Order: sequence, then structure tokens, then C-alpha cells
Amino acid sequence: MVPSLARVTTRHQELGDTWTLELEADDPDLLAFKPGQFNMLYAPGVGEAAISVSGDPSDAGRLIHTIRDVGKTSHALASLEPGMTAGVRGPFGTAWPVEAAEGTDVVVVSGGLGLAPLRPAIYHILAHRERYGRVAILAGARGVKGILFPNQLAAWRRHLDLQIEISVDHADTSWRGHVGVVTNLIPSADFDPADTTALVCGPEIMMRFTANALLDSGVAENTIHLSMERHMKCGLGHCGRCQYGPYLICRDGPVMSYDRLSRLLTVKDL
Amino acid sequence: MGTLYPPRYLLTHSLRSRTISTTKSHDRGSIIGIDGLQALIRRLRHDGFRTIGPTVRDGAILYEDIESADDLPIGWTDEQEAGRYRLRRRDDQARFGYVVGPHALKRFLHPPKQPLWQAVKDGDDYAFEAATVPERPFAFIGVRPCDIRAMTIQDRVFEEGAYADTHYQVRRTGAFIIAVNCAEAAPTCFCTSMGSGPKAESAFDLALTELDPAADHRFFVEIGSELGSDLLATLPHRKATQADVDAASAVSARTAASMTRHMPDDVQNLLMRNLDHPRWDNVAERCLTCGNCTMVCPTCFCTEVDEDMTFDGEVIGRSRQWTSCFGIDFSYIHGGSIRHSARSRYRQWMTHKLATWHDQFGESGCVGCGRCITWCPVGIDITDEAKAIQDSETA
Amino acid sequence: MQQQGLGDIIAAHRFFKDLDPSFPELVSGCAKNVRFGVGDYLFHEGDGAAAFYLIRHGRVSLEIKAPGRQSMQFMTVGEGDIVGISWLVPPYCWSYDAKALELVRAIALDATCLRDKCETDNHLGYELMKRFVPELALRLHCTRLQLLDLYGKPT
Repeated sequence: MVPSLARVTTRHQELGDTWTLELEADDPDLLAFKPGQFNMLYAPGVGEAAISVSGDPSDAGRLIHTIRDVGKTSHALASLEPGMTAGVRGPFGTAWPVEAAEGTDVVVVSGGLGLAPLRPAIYHILAHRERYGRVAILAGARGVKGILFPNQLAAWRRHLDLQIEISVDHADTSWRGHVGVVTNLIPSADFDPADTTALVCGPEIMMRFTANALLDSGVAENTIHLSMERHMKCGLGHCGRCQYGPYLICRDGPVMSYDRLSRLLTVKDL
Repeated sequence: MGTLYPPRYLLTHSLRSRTISTTKSHDRGSIIGIDGLQALIRRLRHDGFRTIGPTVRDGAILYEDIESADDLPIGWTDEQEAGRYRLRRRDDQARFGYVVGPHALKRFLHPPKQPLWQAVKDGDDYAFEAATVPERPFAFIGVRPCDIRAMTIQDRVFEEGAYADTHYQVRRTGAFIIAVNCAEAAPTCFCTSMGSGPKAESAFDLALTELDPAADHRFFVEIGSELGSDLLATLPHRKATQADVDAASAVSARTAASMTRHMPDDVQNLLMRNLDHPRWDNVAERCLTCGNCTMVCPTCFCTEVDEDMTFDGEVIGRSRQWTSCFGIDFSYIHGGSIRHSARSRYRQWMTHKLATWHDQFGESGCVGCGRCITWCPVGIDITDEAKAIQDSETA
Repeated sequence: MQQQGLGDIIAAHRFFKDLDPSFPELVSGCAKNVRFGVGDYLFHEGDGAAAFYLIRHGRVSLEIKAPGRQSMQFMTVGEGDIVGISWLVPPYCWSYDAKALELVRAIALDATCLRDKCETDNHLGYELMKRFVPELALRLHCTRLQLLDLYGKPT
């Protein structure tokens, strides 16, 4: 599968090591991504990385990705300037179940950069707010400077019918919000555990403990959805690299319901 | 007859629709002699196929380009056991008197190194070119039933998912398959456990069973497709007698009965309920994580992708090559490799092959060819490992 | 009566859920209503741990001072939570600061009074331990996750 070319139109620094790129794409298949899906972004001559789409699915013509610089390829991608060309293959993978969640309460729990793959789902839910019950967004971050999309969270909190709580691992005294692990926010979040869809994204340890906390609150296994991550190469189901037990993350994931994962998450080095 | 390649209908038909089930065919078989075998290879070459067959090289029987039936491993057999492979002279002139060498069809259908595409800088853009396709289609002569099964397993991986792999497809669709049923099983074989041999039932154009190499040396031929039938029609041949048919059946039956290794039943569930079994630690102490098993396994398909670029950045490209799940970087994500330990990597290979392949592709990934047992430098035997776990459950 | 009211409030607080009905009464003898304004400290590091607090309303941050730096918050708690474990552990001194982030209304339970009552009535002591130990375990677990710096740069 040959990459499509897309021109970088804007580059915005989110955090010390995280940038959001806006790409101009005219391929309708690329633009028809579903929240939770990812593209293989190609820095020409350097390599590809699997990056979740972080933009609004209804925003015609724009493809937005939030990239953390953690290695050679992500560094090259995060360094692309407006006017430069990137390659894009996709969209791949399974999506957040935003349609199946209609009629239920929604709890979105993010850890660190995990808010980026969740943002398209949040956009979708807010664009169709009347189809959902109570909506709570619980975002965990390392510190105040590690909160992703802080202006957007603040804007959402001010204007819309939803609960937003942010918790950081530690902060100085200028922070008036929550301090502690994001799971501490679950007991007092506003949702009916018996009728809720939970969307969780972040480091695997965080997702595991968040799922446990949600289960403890009475949320059912099959209504908790995690976004799993493994080494991603072809995205097509042909290279075998993204295997996770019986699943291929490029095809059966990244979004997977907890009932399919509960046993696998406890197997060491799977 | 004109050339067989590229017949227009071939390009629009999948191999499955090409195959005539041998049980439906009214033809109970034919017989060709050594001259017929020579003529077969000569005919395929004349028709523009690249003829690949077994041949002796570097102390092994490998699949290579062959020019005639003289290149076949005439009078050679192989001796195989866990961690052991030797060639030995037979006391007859059998053409296919061995079992399997380290090569399988994946070497040609899913090459070890495969360019994917190349792009040339064009202002701010790049002009992409897809990788070239082989000039001639393959004709594989002497494919073991286990390797035919392995091929159909890889067909599923590459052709039946949401995305089809065009590099595999273009090599596969034109390939002419001459199967050869096994006249003997190595101690390392367990194809009967996996339902993949020792007789080929489908997915071939012609299937040969070598009969009586010490006396009335001939080949029983079964037709598997119209192309096979057309080819046979051009060769010196006669109709098989009942005695020929019985002789061929007896060869396969004897080979099946001689198999000494077996895979436990329902190994899929056996392994998936034992992901934390101490046997994984046990095998990890022996396994070198060298990856030989994945290289010789006819179904292993995992690849690495390499990015290429000229110094001036004018030409970029991508290629893929075989890789092994035993490599430390195979499962790398930022922060480190998920499968860091030898234990987790051995478990990954064995559970993928025998268990999770079912979840991913609807069947077992193992054909029982025994190559992984033969070519493991320390002689690890997956049938043994499975049995050890099974025994611990019944103990 | 004042004590009766406090007994009910204590019984209703999440921390004392399912407590044997006789105990809130017993415990209320050590209790009093307290309130803290924004920025008020409930206690400072090094102070004698004279009480533990059932938070009824408002949020409290737990902080540690470091020279040359601002105080660092390591946890915030709110309605339904408790503040203070050191009153149970000799030498009964606070190991951090606790500050009201907003108006805080709480029940303060006198540490000496409560410890004495637990000595005379071991059943009460055990009921308190059954509640404090899970809270400690939870805080330890959360602290471990914070320590792992899950969102930090992967090494």
C-alpha cells in the first residue's frame, strides 16, 4: 500500500515534547476516519509511525494528528513544518463505540497523551449531545504542564453540559484542581454505572487500573473500552508485528472492550 | 499448444476456482515415466515458466531454479531428527526420495526481501512507483503436501483479509504447482496430526506419486486443474491401471502409518489455558532465540520494513524482509520491547503457530512438516513441548 | 442535642459506612464541627496530630514544603474523604501540610480521646482499623502509580 501525500498546513506545540500537525488531505477515504482509528504517518525517507487521528471527524478536509516525540520517526514527524509533505496510509483499526453508546451515560478517562485519541470521540459526542445521557471527562496528567488541550478542556467546561475533572500526579500550590491518580476521580464522577459506556486511553498500566476502578464502581466489562497499543508496522494484517494474543491490533483494535482483554492484561509480557 | 502464460482467464480466476477436485474427476489417474518427467519440466520452461524444484546444494536439498529433471536430487534422501539434518545416498535412482529441505514456497511467493515501492522527488512532491513484478510465473515442481497446505495458509493471510497483498498475489496467481506425495516420513514429520498430508488433496495442478524406483520406476499422476490436465495431455503418458492406483494409495498409507511424532488434540485450547505454565520457563532455558524455526517454517510470514533513501533525498523507497518474533526488537514500542524475555518470545511463537492463528486466520498455522524440530540447533521439539504441558494437566 | 446530631453526621459519612449503630454515639463524644476558609491550614508538618478529619464539604490539598521551592501538592481529597492517618502512629506527628482549597466543613475527631476509647473498647478499635487499613492501602497504591510517573517520557 503506497502512502498518499499530504501537505502539512499547521504545526502547533501542545507540550514540551508534543506537537499537533494539521494535514491537508483530499483523499475521501482518509477523511472518512472514525474516532479511535489511526493512520500510518510517513516522514519521507525516515519511516512510519502509527498515530491516532486527534481531530474532529466532521471537520471536512483537515486531518489532525497529535504526535509525541519519543523516537527517531516520531521526532521526524513532529518536526515537519508547514509546507512540507508527509505520507499517510489509513485509516486503520477499530473505533470508539460512539453509536452503541447512544442513550447511555459516557465516562471518558484519559491519561497523559491518551486524551488525543479520545478527542475525536468527544467531538462526536458533543456534536450529538442530545443522544447521550450524562457525560464526564476525567483527564489525568503528569503535572500542570502536562495537561493536553487545556484551553479546549476549559472551553468545553464553560459552555457545555458535561463534567470535566482534571487530576495531576503532583503540582505546586498555584494549582487549584485535583492532585492524585485519575482513578480517584471516578467515585465522585456523575454517571450511572449500570448504564454507562466508558472510553479509556493512556499508558497500559493506567488503563488497567482505571478499568479496575470502573468495575469496582459497578460498570460492566463489556461497556469499558480501552485503546490498546502494540508495535505497528503495516496496518494491513500482513506483517504480524502488532499481535496481542489472539488479536491483531491493526484489525481487532486498537479500541477493544475490556471483556476481551481482562484475561490477557494479566499475562506477563504477552 | 501455445504458451500457457499469461492466459487471460488465469488472471481473473483464483486458484480455488481453478482446482478440479480429484474425487470428482472421472479420471482415476495416469502414469508417466522418467521421460515424461523430463518432458514436463521442458514443457513448462518452453511455456515461459520459471521452473523451481528440489536440488542438492550445500549438503541439503533446497528449492532452486532447475533446468531439467537431471537437476533433481536423484538417488538422494535425507536423515532428520531434532537438531539434525544429513543427506545420504539411496540405493535407487528415486527423483523425490527425500522428505523436506529447509526451503518452502514462501521463499518465492513471499520473498525474503521484497521492494514495496519507490518514489522520486518531484518538486515538493514524490512520484510513486509500485515495485516491479516478476517477469515469469513460477512452476514449482516437487511440492510436498505439507508445503501445499502451508501455501494455502499463507493465501489466507495475504489474500483473505480486509487488504490483499498484491506482491504475494501476483506471484501466487500465476504459479503452477506440481505436488509430489511423500513416499516416506522423517522422524520429525507430524503432518497426519495436522491433517496436511502425507497426500495432497487439493490446491495443485498435478500431483505425482513416485512408484517403485528400484524396479518399475514410474509416477502416478493425478489432475488437480484444467491447466494440469492440459499439460499432461502434452506429455507421454498412459492411463493408470488399478494396480497403479493401489500402489500409489499404498505409498501414502505406508507413509502415514510410519509417522512417529504427533501433536496433541485440541492443542489450541491446551496452550491458551496454560499461558503461565512453568514449561515456558523450561523451554526458555534451552531456546537460543536464534529464530531458525521461523526462517524454515513454511507459514511464518512476519516482516520488518526498511526505509531507504539516497543521500541526496531524491529517491526514497520501502522494502520489507523476513523477520522473526524471536528478535528482541520485534515487539518494540516506545519504552522497550513488550516481549523482552526468551520465555515470552518462545511462548509467542508457539502459541501463535498452534493457537492464536486459529483466532486470526481461522485455522492452525502448523502443517506438521517438522522443519522447526530438525533445524533447531538445540533440538527443541514443539510436539514434545505441547505434550509436556498436556501431561502436566493429566498428572 | 449537639452530640446526637454529630452522631448522625458521623454515621452518615462514607468513611463510617456500616459502622455498628452504637459506635457513632461513642465516637461523637470526641467530635466537633469545624470549618476552614480558603487557604487555611488544617495542620502543618511536625505539629502534634491532635485530630483526624471527616470532610463533609470542600476540598483539601495535602502538601509538602521544600526549601527554595513552592510547596508541592501530592494529593487532593474532598467530600466523603478523610484527612489524617498519623494520629494512629506514634509519635503522632503530621508528616505533611493540609490546606483548604475552598471552604471546608469537617468533623474533627480528637485523637487522644479516640485513642483512649479504642484502648478501653477494642471492638471500636478494630472497627476503626478495618476502615483505616483499606484507606492506607488505597493511598499506597495510588502513590505507587504516581511514583511510576506513567505519563513521563518512556526511558
